[in-house]
Amino acid sequence: MNLNATIFGQIFAFFVFAWFCMNYVWPPIVKALEERQKRIADGLEAAGRASKDLELAQERAAEMLKEAKTSSAGIIDQANKRANQIIDEAKEKAREEGNRLKAGAQAEIEQQLNQAREQLRQQVAVLAVAGAEKILESSVDAKAHEEMLSRLASSL
Amino acid sequence: MAEAAELMEESAGYASGGEYVLHHLGFLTFGKTHDGHWGFAHTEEEAADMGFWSIHVDTMGFSLLLGLLFLGLFRSVSKKMTSGVPGGLQNAVEMIVEMVQNSVKTSFQGNNAFIAPLALTIFCWIFLMNLMDLVPVDIIPLIAQTIAGDSHIFFKSVPTTDVNITAGFSLAVFILIIYYSIKIKGLGGFLGELAFHPFGKAALPLNLVMEVPAFLAKPVSLALRLFGNLFAGEVIFLVIALLGWYQLPLHFVWAVFHILVIVLQAYLFMMLTIVYLNQAHQHH
Repeated sequence: MNLNATIFGQIFAFFVFAWFCMNYVWPPIVKALEERQKRIADGLEAAGRASKDLELAQERAAEMLKEAKTSSAGIIDQANKRANQIIDEAKEKAREEGNRLKAGAQAEIEQQLNQAREQLRQQVAVLAVAGAEKILESSVDAKAHEEMLSRLASSL
Repeated sequence: MAEAAELMEESAGYASGGEYVLHHLGFLTFGKTHDGHWGFAHTEEEAADMGFWSIHVDTMGFSLLLGLLFLGLFRSVSKKMTSGVPGGLQNAVEMIVEMVQNSVKTSFQGNNAFIAPLALTIFCWIFLMNLMDLVPVDIIPLIAQTIAGDSHIFFKSVPTTDVNITAGFSLAVFILIIYYSIKIKGLGGFLGELAFHPFGKAALPLNLVMEVPAFLAKPVSLALRLFGNLFAGEVIFLVIALLGWYQLPLHFVWAVFHILVIVLQAYLFMMLTIVYLNQAHQHH
C-alpha cells in the first residue's frame, strides 16, 4: 500500500470528468426531464379542462333537451287546440250551410205554393166565369166584367 | 471463477495460498528503477523503491477506462435524449440522474450548479469501479499476463482497492471543500470557523485542536472507508478462490452480498461529498 503519483492522476482525471459531466452530460438530460415534466403537467391540465368542458356540454345538452321537450309539448298542445278549433269552425260552417240550404228550400217551397195558389185562383175565376155563363145562359162580356172578375179572383 | 483460479494456480505455480493472495494484491507499477531508467517494476520491493513518482498503470488505466465508459454512455444517451417516451437505456440513465437530483435537493441547500453533476460523476464512476470487483478475480490478471507474455506481472483491475485512487477522489473533494469554503465565507470566515468554534474566541487553541482534526478527518475517512470496504471484499474473494471446488457456492454468496457493498459505498461517497460541500456553503 504505497502512495504514489497515481493520486495526482486520479485528482486530475476527476476534475476533468466532473467538468465534462457538468457541461456535456448533465444539462441535456435535466433539460429533457424538465421538458417532460412540463408536458405531463400541460397534459394533465388539458385533461382537467376537457373533463370540465365535457361536464358543461352535458349540462347544456340536458338543458336543451328539457327546453325542447317543453317547447314540443307546447306545440302539440297548440296543435290540438287548433285542431279542435278547426273542427268547431267546420261544424259551425256546416250547420250554417245547412240552415242556409234549408232556408232556400223553404223559400222556394213558399214561392211555388204561392204560384200554385195564384194559378188556382185564376183557374177558379175562369171556372167561376164559365159557371156564371152557364147559369146565365148568356155570354158575359169579358171586357165589361173583367174588373169585377179580377176583384173576385183576388178575394179568393 | 473456479476454473480460472485453478488454472492460475497450476500454470503460475504459486508456492502457497498466501503467495497467491499477495500476488493478486500487487500493482502494475511504472516508475524510475534503481539503475535510473523508466520501466515497470517486477517485484514488490522494486515497486516500493520507485517511491512517490511512480504510477499504478493498472488501476489508473481502469479508472480512466471506467470513467470514460460512464461519460461515453451518459453522453450518448444525453445526445439522443427525448422528452417523449424514453427507451430502455434512457430510462436507466434518467433513474440514476433523478436519484442524484433528489439526493442533492434534500441534502444541499446552497445554489451551485456544479454539485449535482459532480455527485453523478462520483456515484457512477465509483459504482463502475466497485463493479469490477464482481469480475472473477483471475480473469483480468490472466488476460493481462497473456498479453504481456509474462505469467508473473502484477495486475489489479479494481481501482477502488487501490488507496491511491480513493485518496485521489477524496483529495479532489477536499480541494473543493476548501475552495468553496473560502469562496463563500472568505478566507477569514473559513479560518474563523476552525479557530472560533465551538467555544468562542477565548478558547482558540482548544477550538483548533477540536476542529482541525475533524476537518482533516473528512478526506481521510472518505478515502479509507471506500478503500477498506472494497479491499476487504477483494481479499475475501481471493481467499475463497483458494478453496478449490468449494469456492463456487461461496463466491456466489459473497458476490451477492458484495453487490450491496458496491452500491452502498458508491452512494455513501456521493452523499458524504454532498453533505461536506453543503457544510462548505453554509454560514455559521
